[in-house]
Amino acid sequence: MPFGNLSDRLQETMKKLRGRGKLTEKDVTAALREVRLALLEADVNYKVVKDFIARVKERAVGSDVLDHLNPAQQVIKVVNEELTNLMGGSQAKISFASRPPTVVMMVGLQGAGKTTAAAKLGKMLKSQGHRPLLAAADIYRPAAIKQLQVLGEQTEVPVFSLGQEDPVRIAREALEHADNHGNDVVLLDTAGRLHIDETLMDELVNVKAAAQPHEILLVVDAMTGQDAVNVAESFNEQLGIDGVVVTKLDGDARGGAALSVKAVTGKPIKYVGTSEKMDGLEAFHPDRMANRILGMGDMLSFIEKAESTVDKEKAQEMAAKMQRAEFTLEDFKEQLQQVKNMGPLDQLMGLIPTMGKQLQGMEVDESQLRRVEAIIDSMTPEERRSPAIIGGSRRKRIARGAGVRVQDVNRLLKQFNQTKQMMKQFAGGGSEKMKKKAKKRFSLFG
Amino acid sequence: MVLKRLFGKKEKTADAEVHGPENKQTWESAAEQESPEPEREADSLGLFQRLRAGLSKTRQGFVDKVESLVSGRAVDEDLFEDLEDLLIQADVGVDTTMKLMDGLRERVRSEKITEGSALKTALADEVARLLAVDDTTLKISEHRPSVIMVVGVNGSGKTTTIGKLAYRLKQEGAKVILGAGDTFRAAAIDQLEAWAERVGVEIVSHSTGSDPAAVAYDALAAAKARNADVLILDTAGRLQTKTNLMKELGKVHRVLERELDHSIDEILLVLDATTGQNALSQAKIFSDSVPVTGIALTKLDGTAKGGIVLAVTQEVKVPVKLIGVGEQYHDLQDFDAVEFAEALFG
Repeated sequence: MPFGNLSDRLQETMKKLRGRGKLTEKDVTAALREVRLALLEADVNYKVVKDFIARVKERAVGSDVLDHLNPAQQVIKVVNEELTNLMGGSQAKISFASRPPTVVMMVGLQGAGKTTAAAKLGKMLKSQGHRPLLAAADIYRPAAIKQLQVLGEQTEVPVFSLGQEDPVRIAREALEHADNHGNDVVLLDTAGRLHIDETLMDELVNVKAAAQPHEILLVVDAMTGQDAVNVAESFNEQLGIDGVVVTKLDGDARGGAALSVKAVTGKPIKYVGTSEKMDGLEAFHPDRMANRILGMGDMLSFIEKAESTVDKEKAQEMAAKMQRAEFTLEDFKEQLQQVKNMGPLDQLMGLIPTMGKQLQGMEVDESQLRRVEAIIDSMTPEERRSPAIIGGSRRKRIARGAGVRVQDVNRLLKQFNQTKQMMKQFAGGGSEKMKKKAKKRFSLFG
Repeated sequence: MVLKRLFGKKEKTADAEVHGPENKQTWESAAEQESPEPEREADSLGLFQRLRAGLSKTRQGFVDKVESLVSGRAVDEDLFEDLEDLLIQADVGVDTTMKLMDGLRERVRSEKITEGSALKTALADEVARLLAVDDTTLKISEHRPSVIMVVGVNGSGKTTTIGKLAYRLKQEGAKVILGAGDTFRAAAIDQLEAWAERVGVEIVSHSTGSDPAAVAYDALAAAKARNADVLILDTAGRLQTKTNLMKELGKVHRVLERELDHSIDEILLVLDATTGQNALSQAKIFSDSVPVTGIALTKLDGTAKGGIVLAVTQEVKVPVKLIGVGEQYHDLQDFDAVEFAEALFG
């Protein structure tokens, strides 16, 4: 990536913006500049980017900044929501005809992955109890028919072919064949073609007229650049596509073409190709795709986790307990678990924009945390509630149970007591500021 | 042209093993008579016009756009912004676009450019400068056989490029052997065999699923034994993120180098002009696995501009050598940086 980590750059831009309350136009503009670059780097068409940024700006300016987010994160949150919306609902399926066979026509540029996608779809449908038939209508590329036949053999899906005949005739006879052989779905593999090739586009129109497909799926390579809009617009105008298959998502392309195609056609992305294997076709998840295109997966997952994982009520309860100095080892463990639910700790630190920089290169010893947890797990509920009763023999038992040395148990108990002592002091008359400081330190450690 | 010089004076040896028709036809008649496939367009145009027509599709739009964009306009920030959009739209990428714009601004200052149309020329200059990283001529050495290895991601057009290249080299008088090194994809071998038959060159292939390094070894042995001038080795398409497959590519390369007393003449990375910024990642990672010597930019006959090659040539310091501008045998051209830049920007 020529620009390095996007989250880093965004943090840099946002450094001065520590505002709370409502997002100002200045916050939004600064953050959106980076978002614009990110989308362009991800190959989203520049016109689509322009419209999108304008829409986000409108929504974001003046909106409230949530408690646990900074303005940049808040903007990203809005961006992500809008992106996901734009991508459409999840898990669109192909629609089946009321009277079989359902005809699905695969179309697209050369090398997009139509033949592979058709075979994968055949396998998927078969596993769902359908009786698909693959029809080989790519009469131009050398050995394209053979390729479909080999894939059909691999996936045990029958392949209909007539050699290099007129594709219209192939489509017609494939339908007849399906009727006679009880195939309820016909997957028509057509030749790759340029959207500006009039002769070949006409051929597709004729095939469509003959086969009356219920679904025309445009197959788009995830690596496609700015031209994706021209291709999609053109195929859609001339054929009226019903959905999109995005292929080669197992590479490192950010896949902005998916967004471009969705934006200009309004047609849902139904499947994505994720491996060279025949089972590498998956339902489309708009949220995942949005993350991928934005390239801020780390920050997004932090925002998401911060929103969902930390139970607000629990956090308040904990704070109250701290202030009353009733904090027990049980609470301590609960806090540990909440932190762990958010993911590996070192990654987590990196996720927090204000922390990432300070903690860079610092190693967080996760095994240490696991050890602490094991020690607490090895205690009886009573011991957790009142650690004072833990004497020498109990310590030995706990150490054995947790697979640690007695010294480790001693250290944990000592730390816990110190912290508790500190809290007691604060509760008993420390200033508000000091209380906050202690709380912060403790919850960070826990 | 280098190839003509190399092969032009070569004595014509009768070779019973070569399948396909004799080598005497003109390009046009060869296309008419050999093609087992339906021809897609009237073949009435001469070769030169056809090449022109192919490239002009790329050129179309851009010239018009740049022209209408700059003519009669004063050089100001608005114009720069519009030019930026134009470059982004051509898949040049944000980073390279900024670089180009900086260079352009500098020239506007130093050369005191005030008129929009003068900007167009300056931009074409800058683009050509970026592209001129190295000699763009396809290197065919005096060694026999010269070896060309073709690599790239899935669907970029490797096999088709090989077919066209084999046709061209044969036209120039070379004895060509193809190695069917894509042993993974279903019917990839059949596809290359169809091309070999069409063009009339020999091919060495194993069965699907066999070791590509073994195919490379055998193909080279055959090329030596049969005294071929050029061996073109196909490889399976692979996404650059598949580490194991990239290692496999390295192995094929090592096997070939070990059996040769010189290094491989060309390792061509095939890039699809439709590809956006990912081409950069492709170029980098493929170059890390094998010493790529040139780029073949395919599918330039569509509406995609292939602007990412500007960044690619900068990043990996490897020149574009060939461009694919159509589906016919002869739709493979030598790359010319100045022409390409002019074609893009008028």
